[in-house]
Amino acid sequence: MAMDIRKIKKLIELLEESNLAELEIKEGEETIRLSRWPTNLPMPSAAPSAQNIQFGQAGPTSAPMYHAGGNAPAPISAPAEPAIEGTMVRSPMVGTYYAASAPGAPSFVKVGQQVKVGDTLGIIEAMKMFNPIECEVAGTIVKIFVENGQPVEFDEPLVVVQ
Amino acid sequence: MLEKIVIANRGEIALRVLRSCQALGIKTVAVHSTVDRNLKHVAMADESVCIGPPAPRDSYLNIPAIIAAAEVTDAQGIHPGYGFLSENADFAERVEESGFVFIGPRPETIRLMGDKVSAINAMKEAGVPCVPGSGKPLDDNATESARIAKEIGYPVIIKASGGGGGRGMRVVHTEMALLNAVAMTRAEAKSAFNNDQVYLEKYLETPRHIEIQVLADSFGNVIHLGERDCSMQRRHQKVIEEAPAPGISEKQRAEIGEVCVAACKRIGYRGAGTFEFLYERGRFYFIEMNTRIQVEHPVTEMVTGVDLVTEQIRVASGEKLRYKQSDIVLRGHAIECRINAEDPVNFTPSPGLVSRYHAPGGPGIRMETHLYDGYRIPPNYDAMIAKVIAHGADRATAIARMRVALSELVIEGIKSNIPLQQQNMLDQMFQLGGFNIHYLERRLAEARKS
Repeated sequence: MAMDIRKIKKLIELLEESNLAELEIKEGEETIRLSRWPTNLPMPSAAPSAQNIQFGQAGPTSAPMYHAGGNAPAPISAPAEPAIEGTMVRSPMVGTYYAASAPGAPSFVKVGQQVKVGDTLGIIEAMKMFNPIECEVAGTIVKIFVENGQPVEFDEPLVVVQ
Repeated sequence: MLEKIVIANRGEIALRVLRSCQALGIKTVAVHSTVDRNLKHVAMADESVCIGPPAPRDSYLNIPAIIAAAEVTDAQGIHPGYGFLSENADFAERVEESGFVFIGPRPETIRLMGDKVSAINAMKEAGVPCVPGSGKPLDDNATESARIAKEIGYPVIIKASGGGGGRGMRVVHTEMALLNAVAMTRAEAKSAFNNDQVYLEKYLETPRHIEIQVLADSFGNVIHLGERDCSMQRRHQKVIEEAPAPGISEKQRAEIGEVCVAACKRIGYRGAGTFEFLYERGRFYFIEMNTRIQVEHPVTEMVTGVDLVTEQIRVASGEKLRYKQSDIVLRGHAIECRINAEDPVNFTPSPGLVSRYHAPGGPGIRMETHLYDGYRIPPNYDAMIAKVIAHGADRATAIARMRVALSELVIEGIKSNIPLQQQNMLDQMFQLGGFNIHYLERRLAEARKS
């Protein structure tokens, strides 16, 4: 490969510093294409701001022509939300969200509550297995998006910790 | 009839399954990765569940996520489409263990046909003609392997038992090259399929790829729906498929069809399936069976009038086959051109924004695609983005209609192989029919030299 690692690193820096989504360089027989495809964020139309986590409908450049089946219940995914400052905790899996360890038990977290790293925010159950969702930052719970017993999908917003 | 189905796939086949479900009044759940939120079938489905990040391993191959999605939506059945988990016996088993209906054959059947060596042995026992081969995996004994190869007669091809679909293969022309080739193929197989078992087969020099479509219910009723010729291939990937196969007589079709039907009955096959053969000098040689719906199923649908995906769903719902063998009559000729998001000359993938998409139309033209104006093709998946199917009263008419359709088809913003397919329709050898599976690659290689 004529393009060495240093060259490729430089190209990556170039791409990151710019507003480009893709960069393709051809050198003789060889081509390298770098593409900015952030995996957890919606399709980019502009570089996302570093401070706030934006979330909402994916694909702002390609709004689907069709609407979800007219008479049908809405898709499980959360509707678009205004930007909230803080760390968004998203569901790492598909399943049913439980806010407490057992029916009738107190919820793991409430809005306004202080949490430490490793605190349980909730449980997601799938295929008869219960998976605790642990907080990865310390701070205060400012918003809870999910209700006890609600089905959740991958990447679904759960809570925001500030 | 099943009331709610999870479509465990993406792209054009997910849309195909959704259409059949909606026509049957079955509710649909579209499971998708994060980058596939904008898929057409996701927008059309009654419910959608995001099951993971873009990587197939974490989404479309993520068994717990897919089953969990079926749980939270209270679905009844899961349709695996093609590729991904469609031929994963463990997946089928876990789906059934979790209380859902797997739309396809029984897990044991998938397992039997998934191991290419056991499949060949099962077919031999069922009286299906097979390519002369080792009949079992090779062991480490170099002398024994050389003896087997000599008995088969060079050239031979080394194939991975856990492979299939054109992957994990190597041709050997001389005994000197055999051992190295076996070692290399084993290493590739280990890395690609986590299974380093390989076997030998006679390498046919000018075969055609002809396959037989079957359909079976849970009551022992089995029919075949004729053959497809898929000999236009590049690197073992099909480029054009057609039905019926030029030059195959009604008598040959009935004979090989009956052999496949009998084999299905013997192994208790259920659902849709395809027996793949190499055809040379008037003889059929079984190579593998695909226990799922295939990409090229539309050409069979066009010549028989049978909606195969709908029949899969009916069978899975516990219904009896609605067709007897005598109901299956082939009418006219159908051709399918696969459209890939790739450079038409060097075949590098070309994902990105489809700024304009315009479908062809007219008599006998069918488009199977999830594309729409402004759809962004993600780079994480298969390059196939559309299938153009043309049907006519005879082969020449189908080719002419396809030529017109390809000239009408517009896909802008990305590169596609439409120019290559247009060349194919004008190719004299293609128009003659009966070319072998090496033809296209040889033609492309010639073109590169000049």
